[in-house]
Amino acid sequence: MTFFDGRKIIPGLLFFVGLVTYPIWYNTLSGKATSVPKLEIPKDKKECIEPKNIIRVHHKEILEDWRTSVVRNGMRVYQASNQKKYTMSLNRTCMECHKDKTKFCDRCHTYMGVTNKCWDCHLYPQELEKGAK
Amino acid sequence: MAGLTFLGLMVKPGWEVVSQIKPLEPSPAPEGFSGKKWAMAVDLKKCWEAKEGCKDCILACHLVHNVPSIGSLKEEVKWIWTIEYGKAFPEHLHDFNRDEYRGRPVIVFCNQCDDPPCVKYCPTRATWKREDGIVMMDFHRCIGCRYCMAGCPYGSRSFNWRDPRPFIQKVNLEFPTRTKGVVEKCNFCEERLAKGLLPACVEACKEKALIFGDLNDPNSEMRRILMGRHILQRQPELGTKPKVYYMV
Repeated sequence: MTFFDGRKIIPGLLFFVGLVTYPIWYNTLSGKATSVPKLEIPKDKKECIEPKNIIRVHHKEILEDWRTSVVRNGMRVYQASNQKKYTMSLNRTCMECHKDKTKFCDRCHTYMGVTNKCWDCHLYPQELEKGAK
Repeated sequence: MAGLTFLGLMVKPGWEVVSQIKPLEPSPAPEGFSGKKWAMAVDLKKCWEAKEGCKDCILACHLVHNVPSIGSLKEEVKWIWTIEYGKAFPEHLHDFNRDEYRGRPVIVFCNQCDDPPCVKYCPTRATWKREDGIVMMDFHRCIGCRYCMAGCPYGSRSFNWRDPRPFIQKVNLEFPTRTKGVVEKCNFCEERLAKGLLPACVEACKEKALIFGDLNDPNSEMRRILMGRHILQRQPELGTKPKVYYMV
C-alpha cells in the first residue's frame, strides 16, 4: 500500500520548491547578487566631510540634521570631525563634489530600492546641463 | 534593576562632563547678519518715478527663488507683486484722493508681521517667527492645509497647486524649488542675509525705492526714515504689526 502517488507528487513538489526559491538561486547563478554598485567618486577631491565608513552609514542622519539646523535654527556652519568647517548645504557642499546624483547617489539607492524625496525640490548641477527643468 | 539601568545611563553624560568632551556644535554663518530686527521700507514716491510697468524687483525675486509663472490667476504663485493704491490702503481711499496716488501700483509682499496670524494657525509649525523678525517657511514640514493662507489678511501666501518645475523660466541652482502641495511666500531673502547680502528686490531696484534695515539699530537708515516722512502700513488696525512701511 502506498501512502502517496510518488511518481506524480515528488516531481511536482520539486518543481514547486524550485519555483518558490527562484529569487534565491537565479540571482546567485546569474551573478547579479554578487555585483556591488559602482559609485563614481570625484577624482580631484581627497576626502568627504566625514570618513567613508561613517558617512556611508550616517549620511541620511547628517543630511536631516543639516536640514533642521539650517531651516529651523539658522545655523549653517558644520564642524566636521576632521575639525574643518563646511556649509550645511546639499547643493553647495555635497553636490559641489559629487556633481551628478545619477552617477553617485542613485547607484546605491536604486540597488537597495531606497526612495528619497530630496530631489523633488533640490536641484543638482548636472540636471540643468541635461536640459531637464 | 531600575537602579542599575539609571546608573548605567548616567555614565556617558557624566563622562562627557568630567572629561570636557564637547559635541561638535553647528554655528551660524560667520558673514551673516544676526541679532537684528529686520524691516523694509518702500518709498512709493521713488518707485513711481520709475518707468511705466517697471518690474525689476518682482523679476529679481522670482528669479532668485525659482518662483514659477503658472499663468493663470487661480493658480498663480507670487512672492512680490503690485496692487492698486486703493486696495493696498483702503482706509486712506476716499472720493477725492490725489491724482498721483489714485490707481498707482504699490509693491506688496509678506509683511513679516510681529503678531502673525499665519504662525498661530499653522498646525505643524511649518511657519514660525524667527528672533530676527522674519516669518520663516519650512517647506519640508508644510502639509499644504492652507490655514495660513486663510489667516493672512494681506494675501501674501501662495499655494503650489501643481508641480512648479515646468513653469520656472530660468532655474537658480542656489535655491531649491518647491513641490506641489506646499505654501510659499516672501522670506526677506533669509538665505541671502545669511551670506551678508541684501534682499534681491532691494538690490534690483534702480530707483532705490526699497530700503532694508535693522529696527534695533538706532542709527540705521531704517530708523531715520521712520522718523522722517509720513508712514503708511497695510491695514494696521488688524493688529498684526506689519514690518513693511510705506512712504508716500
